[in-house]
Amino acid sequence: MTGREQAAQHLAEPEPVEPGPVTSEAGFGPYFGDFGGRFVPEALIEALDELDTEYSKAKADPAFADELLRLHRTYTGRPSIITEVPRFAEHCGGVRVILKREDLNHTGSHKINNVLGQALLTKRLGKKRVIAETGAGQHGVATATAAALFDLDCTIYMGEEDTRRQALNVARMRLLGATVVPVTTGSRTLKDAINEALRDWVTNVGTTNYVFGTVAGPHPFPAMVRDLQRIIGVEARQQVLDLTGRLPDVVAACVGGGSNAIGIFHAFLDDASVRLVGLEAGGDGVDTGRHAATLTGGAPGVLHGARSYLLQDEDGQTIESHSISAGLDYPGVGPEHSWLATTGRAEYRPITDAQAMEAFRLLCRTEGIIPAIESSHALAGAMQLGREAAAEGRTDEVLLVNLSGRGDKDVETAASWFSLLDEEGSR
Amino acid sequence: MTGTSHEVASRTAATLDRTAAEGRAALVGYLPVGFPDVDASIEAARAMVDAGVDVVELGVPYSDPVMDGPLIQRAVEHALAGGVRVRDTLRAVEAVAATGAPVLVMTYWNPVVRYGVEAFARDIAAAGGAGLITPDLIPDEAGEWLEASDRHGLDRVFLVAPSSTTERLSLTARAARGFVYAASTMGVTGTRASVGADAERLVADTRRGGAERVCVGLGVSTAEQAAEVGRYADGVIVGSAFVRPLVEASTAAEGRDGLAEVVRDLAEGVRTARG
Ligand SMILES: Cc1ncc(COP(=O)(O)O)c(C=O)c1O
Repeated sequence: MTGREQAAQHLAEPEPVEPGPVTSEAGFGPYFGDFGGRFVPEALIEALDELDTEYSKAKADPAFADELLRLHRTYTGRPSIITEVPRFAEHCGGVRVILKREDLNHTGSHKINNVLGQALLTKRLGKKRVIAETGAGQHGVATATAAALFDLDCTIYMGEEDTRRQALNVARMRLLGATVVPVTTGSRTLKDAINEALRDWVTNVGTTNYVFGTVAGPHPFPAMVRDLQRIIGVEARQQVLDLTGRLPDVVAACVGGGSNAIGIFHAFLDDASVRLVGLEAGGDGVDTGRHAATLTGGAPGVLHGARSYLLQDEDGQTIESHSISAGLDYPGVGPEHSWLATTGRAEYRPITDAQAMEAFRLLCRTEGIIPAIESSHALAGAMQLGREAAAEGRTDEVLLVNLSGRGDKDVETAASWFSLLDEEGSR
Repeated sequence: MTGTSHEVASRTAATLDRTAAEGRAALVGYLPVGFPDVDASIEAARAMVDAGVDVVELGVPYSDPVMDGPLIQRAVEHALAGGVRVRDTLRAVEAVAATGAPVLVMTYWNPVVRYGVEAFARDIAAAGGAGLITPDLIPDEAGEWLEASDRHGLDRVFLVAPSSTTERLSLTARAARGFVYAASTMGVTGTRASVGADAERLVADTRRGGAERVCVGLGVSTAEQAAEVGRYADGVIVGSAFVRPLVEASTAAEGRDGLAEVVRDLAEGVRTARG
């Protein structure tokens, strides 16, 4: 339905949206139960309608799917492999742990899955310029990469705080030819980068496509980015079946805006036996108020174009989030996750900085894989979930964990967390 | 289908009709509540009315103002850092409405959602407010607000932009009460060297879509621009140009004087428009 049709319908008879059944078929947007929608300036509606229409056409066009698949095969490096990690699993109560290796994708995370799809759409729309927000820099790097590949002009908005935490990714984006704009308003992190990208878009919408990095934002982004990330779960489901002969008992993923989590969850939505667990950034601990655990510690409201859970005060002002992981340091979350949480189909729990860094260290030492700090939240979740299963005697459980990205960008943060530079330097 | 808009008498519309009868556009002035502090913002808004603003727009400071440019962002950040609360808006509305000018509250949507749409409508009405301007709420998502504004007799000012389709212009015209806010250009608040040529066409298209009254905002900062826009619009909306003297002043009194001067200048502009 176009915005126009919705509007006509809405004005005729404002109708509450029924939650409806939670299946893979139900979540087309613009609403996921009570969540989602379009809470944006009117100036953007035409562009969102245009994007929605073009995306619907692309979805129905086999040439679009073929081109995206070809890119994934020849450029991204898909399908990404799965890796069973028995030495790490010893720290997870001895259950079986399998990693989906999105860290091995070109540019180092799942973000490329979404970006290549949106870059193809930008071409179809006939637009020559893309903008994007980025937190950890992974989405920015992926967008800058696609812009280089497709010959698009590219501007990336990044909170000034994040440009410092992820300086290496700023350099990568610039090497790829993108303009990186440090954002100095508000908390100077991802939320403010999105505000600034939206202001750019409102101004330049005629020539510019906004390549949104996660499953938040106004319709059609949550459904579209989900569809583009869905390949993670589709591949992993079959790979786990091939390896183990059965479905996993638990699928775990970290949740910032929620794109890698939705990407791996979605193919399992109809498998009632599979527990879906999202791990949010608990920062210093949810009780300290310094965290980014939106579904655990937030309340429903409107932020960045959608109704969803968010961290807010009594007055509806957004509360600044805190996390060691720039990619999870966001006070909002995608509307489909709010729906999955309120319906109970998925569970969400917080992981503190310290717990994530312990999991980070363990995966490095036991398996020779340096994970992104974002993904380390999912690994820490696996440690908890595995131990809980083992405590209840279910040691044969299979845990599938989305390793959404690699830790190259985080080496400096980790070295400082573990005081490696001081130790090694003094020897 | 246009029924509801006519059942409630709009105070803002009455003012726009009065200025039209005087042969001129209305001057609509925006200030954020709480800048530099709540009392000073109330004094500034009253000074704005004394100096010739016909309709007042009081902004609720919000942490994520995506429709605002750097100047208003800075003022709002300052107001929030100073501890301004949403309930301070109600006090400001009451104090400024006492001047007799219609007071519209300009608010991003989440503070209203958090307060409760019905409760906010009730309390704004009780404070003497005329209605709301909602920059990130489109009529499509406004079901609860359409009902609450009818119940409490409040204006609901929605925005249209140069990119709005014909269908959306008429949808918005139908949903709005008071006036339709036509954004002069694609962009955010801030002063600009010229008002977009799109603005005049947009006003005509919005009227064709069924709007009785259309005011133009974004980028109007000089008497010449006010005169130009005042020739074809029912009202000229000014924000950043009124906030600037407050931001640049070293005392509240100095800011108020600077503001009054700019207001008088633009009030003169709307009066010469159709001369
Ligand atoms: C490796 C990695 N994982 C996860 C995220 C969080 O995003 P999302 O929740 O959309 O997957 C990011 C974001 O930058 C990331 O770089």
